[in-house]
Amino acid sequence: MKKILILTTALTGWAAAASAGDLTVMSWGGAYGAAQTEAHVKPFAAKTGIPTVMVDSDNPAAPIKAMVEANNVTVDVASVEYADAIRLCDEGLLEPIDASTLPPGSDGTPATEDFLPGAITDCGVSTDIWATVYAYDTTKFPADAAPKTAADFFDLEKFPGKRGLRKGAKAVLEFALLADGVAPADVYATLSTPEGVDRAFAKLDTIKKDVVWWEAGAQPPQLLADGEVVMSTAYNGRIFNAAVAEGKPFQIVWDGQIYENEMYVVPKGAPNKDQAMEFIRFATSTDGLRAQAQNISYGPARRSALKEELIFKDGKTVMGPHLPTAPENMKNALESSWEFWVDRDAELNERFNAWLAAN
Amino acid sequence: MADLTAAAPLTTADGRPLKEALARAQRRAKTRAFLLVAPLLLFVIVSFVIPIAQMLHRSVYHDGFSANAPAVSAWFAANPPGTPPDEAAFAALAEDFRAMKAAKTAGEAGTRVNYTLPESRSLFTKTARDADRLAPPYRDAFLAVDPKWADPEVWQAMRSSSSAYTSDFYLSATDFRHTADGGIERVEPRQRIYVYLYIKTFVLSGVITLLCLILAFPVAHLLATLPMAKANLLMILVLLPFWTSLLVRTTSWMVLLQGQGVVNETLLSLGLITDSGRLRLINNQTGTIIVMTHVLLPFMILPLYSVMRVIPPSYVRAARSLGASSWTAFRRVYLPLTLPGIGAGALLVFILAVGYYITPALVGGADGQLFSNMIQFHMSKSNWSLAAALSAMLLAGVLLLYWLYDRLIGIDNLKLG
Repeated sequence: MKKILILTTALTGWAAAASAGDLTVMSWGGAYGAAQTEAHVKPFAAKTGIPTVMVDSDNPAAPIKAMVEANNVTVDVASVEYADAIRLCDEGLLEPIDASTLPPGSDGTPATEDFLPGAITDCGVSTDIWATVYAYDTTKFPADAAPKTAADFFDLEKFPGKRGLRKGAKAVLEFALLADGVAPADVYATLSTPEGVDRAFAKLDTIKKDVVWWEAGAQPPQLLADGEVVMSTAYNGRIFNAAVAEGKPFQIVWDGQIYENEMYVVPKGAPNKDQAMEFIRFATSTDGLRAQAQNISYGPARRSALKEELIFKDGKTVMGPHLPTAPENMKNALESSWEFWVDRDAELNERFNAWLAAN
Repeated sequence: MADLTAAAPLTTADGRPLKEALARAQRRAKTRAFLLVAPLLLFVIVSFVIPIAQMLHRSVYHDGFSANAPAVSAWFAANPPGTPPDEAAFAALAEDFRAMKAAKTAGEAGTRVNYTLPESRSLFTKTARDADRLAPPYRDAFLAVDPKWADPEVWQAMRSSSSAYTSDFYLSATDFRHTADGGIERVEPRQRIYVYLYIKTFVLSGVITLLCLILAFPVAHLLATLPMAKANLLMILVLLPFWTSLLVRTTSWMVLLQGQGVVNETLLSLGLITDSGRLRLINNQTGTIIVMTHVLLPFMILPLYSVMRVIPPSYVRAARSLGASSWTAFRRVYLPLTLPGIGAGALLVFILAVGYYITPALVGGADGQLFSNMIQFHMSKSNWSLAAALSAMLLAGVLLLYWLYDRLIGIDNLKLG
């Protein structure tokens, strides 16, 4: 008995020591988490010898406040949405990142000029540009009568069947307005007025009875594959992964896509802050961003990373046309406004929840 | 004997007064008993009482604004509600903004005001960026940055944020809000959600408890009356799902209930439904009720079983032999004897159901969400104060029901096993 006790104590002690030393990266799991593991975590560990592990979350921004307030930060680097990176930074929950220490582009351009505008903030550096798009199951519609526009998503007569939508106000309200014919440039101005919000909800009302709501990024491809929905909004990389890597009959509709930067941030009081900064410098270098974009179809936010053609890890698929930033995908695209969401997130989600709960 | 006690106090064999000796012996026993429970007591205080107290405190306390804007908070304290902001108020605000810019806390202060009035957060961060250019006359300087600074609602929102202790979060949690003149009003109908969900959560939990009772009663009776060997086998069938992870059980229900799932496919192949008429059993309220009833069923069966097992079968036989019909014997003899088990099971299932959130989150879709899902939502959006206020409401509701139960049935009648 005593022997077992000593053994278990030793084992737990060892495990605790190992986890205290490990650099922990928290991301969104699924195909995205896998891409960052392949592109950033493994090569970083191999290069520096620092043991680095990846952990999954439905939304890595959610646990950060709890960790910082409890003074028990177990994550060194987190991959969060742009608006969350700004909000958490404003609330003093993130370590500031010195942009001047970021490596220059492969062509020698200083980082601050190499990155696209807005891709570096006080507390975060962009790891990619991703988009919320919608995708449909090609076996459910004949090729000549397949959905093509955002408006088609809301057309139950021409395209009958259930829809998948992310459960939350963000990107859903904008999508409804885009589908209702609002030009991308006017979406946030419209949504800032009570009438605009009503208009978005009225548009959503037209399909409310046929919506299956999803929360985790891995759900939409699953819902499509199970036949639970015939079309669903999704993160474009997840659909790409299901379609190209797994051969699923899914087609992305780029009309009405909503794109934004995804940011690597360091929670305040991260146990391995210096290594975390080193990880971010490594992962957001030209090569780091290219490596990620070769694993999943999210666009790198450095100009130097886009100079040479990106090829998917299968060795044949050219990534260019699959990226949200490809010119042909940008024809009717909206850049998500962090300023809008930092301000209105609570209010609109409350309204959204009330709308959902009411029958 | 009588005059002996009157004359001298009773003593023990070694001559000490009996009362004292008894007290000493008892004190030792009491100390030992206390020391034995001390670890548990400490554990309960540290892991239960303190967190709940902290949660309750957080629901009325938020110093995001008051700590970062002391000057204007002082102005609010000195002037009664409804006072229009004068130059002194704007000057105090300018002073605070310069401090906030230096300390980078404008976002924090703005977040607090934003809880009361949406869109104030960007007003704060924007003004803080221009804080160095704020110069007398301050009122005009602020209006030049953003005309919203003249809005009395903004000032009312700042006033209600200016004291760290606030009832704002309870107002939000009951669908009320402050008006510009300092009164309160209900939010507009389409923003109202918490009261509705609160009632719905208690109603749904009641429905689930009732369903559990109806399903569990025959099973528990069977368990209690079958021969031991068969009863044990049946017991394992009850316990097996109980030991299985909640997530596994919930996801297996998803496989069963979804549109292309086992239940619908079976009904379809039997010709009971058509392809277009597939039943919607998941991602709605029906899904929440079905899955939660299954998940919570063992909590009803086990207390019922433990009570039924010790009811002697001779009681019902006696009633029957005295002329009672089987229904009367059940109603007048058996059912009253199982009441402690029903009470325990119902209370257990109901309290667990009221606080459930994983299952409704996974299978509840839009209309199957419960109150606890809102708590989780605000936790993840880092509005902990509102989450705490909602939790406190849930706690109050459960305590009220517990009190009612005690008054109506009596907590002594509870038998958990």
